[in-house]
Amino acid sequence: MTDITDLTLAELRDALKRKKVSSLEATGAYLANIEKAKDLNAFVTVTAEKARTMAAACDARLAKGEARPLEGVPLAIKDLFCTEDTLTTAGSHILDGFRPKYESTVTSQLWRDGAVMLGKLNMDEFAMGSSNETSYYGPVVNPWRSKGSNRQLTPGGSSGGSSASVAARLCAAATATDTGGSIRQPASLTATVGVKPTYGRCSRWGIVAFASSLDQAGPIARDVRDAAIMLRSMAGHDPKDSTSVDRPVPDYEAALGQSVKGMRVGVPKEYRVDGMPQEIEALWAKGAEWLKEAGCEIVEISLPLTKYALPVYYIVAPAEASSNLARYDGVRYGLRARGEHDITAMYEKTRAEGFGEEVKRRIMIGTYVLSAGYYDAYYLRAQKVRKRIFDEMMAAFGQCDLILTPSTPSAAFALGEKSDDPVQMYLNDVFTVTANLAGLPGVSVPAGLTGDGLPLGLQLLARPFDEETMFRGAYALEKAAGFAARPEVWWG
Amino acid sequence: MAIDKETARKVARLARLAIPEERLEPLARELSSILGWIEQLNEVDVEGVEPMTSTVAMKLPMREDVLEEGPTGGGQPDKVVANAPRTEDHFFIVPKVVE
Repeated sequence: MTDITDLTLAELRDALKRKKVSSLEATGAYLANIEKAKDLNAFVTVTAEKARTMAAACDARLAKGEARPLEGVPLAIKDLFCTEDTLTTAGSHILDGFRPKYESTVTSQLWRDGAVMLGKLNMDEFAMGSSNETSYYGPVVNPWRSKGSNRQLTPGGSSGGSSASVAARLCAAATATDTGGSIRQPASLTATVGVKPTYGRCSRWGIVAFASSLDQAGPIARDVRDAAIMLRSMAGHDPKDSTSVDRPVPDYEAALGQSVKGMRVGVPKEYRVDGMPQEIEALWAKGAEWLKEAGCEIVEISLPLTKYALPVYYIVAPAEASSNLARYDGVRYGLRARGEHDITAMYEKTRAEGFGEEVKRRIMIGTYVLSAGYYDAYYLRAQKVRKRIFDEMMAAFGQCDLILTPSTPSAAFALGEKSDDPVQMYLNDVFTVTANLAGLPGVSVPAGLTGDGLPLGLQLLARPFDEETMFRGAYALEKAAGFAARPEVWWG
Repeated sequence: MAIDKETARKVARLARLAIPEERLEPLARELSSILGWIEQLNEVDVEGVEPMTSTVAMKLPMREDVLEEGPTGGGQPDKVVANAPRTEDHFFIVPKVVE
């Protein structure tokens, strides 16, 4: 039979049920791939022993014909999700040695449905970054390279370990989180499918907090069907998260085959930035053409406030982060600086040693915009502009059912290429961040390759809690694009 | 609004971050450049607009005022202090706070 790790999650799920393959075999195959892929630096922790124990239990259930929805499927978890007794770092030095005594709701639902945990994935520190370069554990390397080059490229961020490990077949699928684009941008840069659901769809309980009004968990997977299967298990109401919404979780996989005939797809004319490569513009036009051929009606829409979304984000997110990250004080968990006899000095030194430069920068911005005298000028104004952006998006959904945009303004860039200029780095999220500010669901689907052979994604946005329409559109886009390229294996 | 070295020092203090003297000046420049870029928000008319605090219109749910079972419940002091850098008898040990 073919390599087990070449099976999609859906194929593996079905092969396990039909006993063509065991969970222990699948888990062993993925652990072997992980072992060979150390150069990618995708994992912070590999939980091989735990994975085999879980897989054996799954095989016992499969033998009895008691398979749950993800029975025996090996997954990898972004290191922002608390996993009981397993090191959870958020990519930060300040969480050194932190082994939570509880399990995040999202991961507990994956285990409830029979999935196997392979390990914890590298990420930008506290999910603050778009290239994985802010991780205390070093950058993840993109499995994709430009044609004829061996330059190391970014897998995107902050969920760079998730995108790289799915693209390199180190897991069947991965969890990720998205605060400004951290699922969709890395998915776009690695030819994977990344879904950020509606705010409130997945519980945030047990996920290390970055910006609580924007953070949402979602999957990164190999195709749209796999992402739909993952989201169904990850989503659902949780009384432990007061912003989690009590609505039934639909069977997203069942929505995939449904026709998109008559669906209205909005194309916002403002989604263009200076210096955006012509090939992205062309791919975007092609995407609209594909959906039109599938029976959709293409509508030109206008979202003039788009350019203000990133500046709003860089007030709201750092403000929330500066509050959320106040908890890292060296007292209750993680790192504590040595040799301080004064408590304020202990706090200051612990935080100075434990946080990286980008995290410190954002804490400083957040503290500044919330401080007396500046609150109204920055934070309050940003919250008002956010409301106007939300209203503008909702008005757009009066004219259309989905919005089609490029996922990113460029393909994968080289590690080190943008790390000196924070604002240039922030611009990576220019097309994704609006969905976070407005709480909308969004998906990035692999759609084409650049002339250099690097993947590019297209993004679809939908109305709040209308992930089914989003999945239908994404499936149609995926079918039309017929993207089949894979990175050449240079690692291991 | 440009941030000067003294403002950077004050904000670092508020954020409980020990920033070395020689980093204050460059940090002030970095923050000023980010805030300069953010200031384009002044172009947007926000007259009469309510600030947005949540994307989902819902009332904050209330729960029964009882001790719950499970990880959010009580009676688990071992777990509470399990990850602390220094503890004694279920207390967190910190440097002296009051003279």
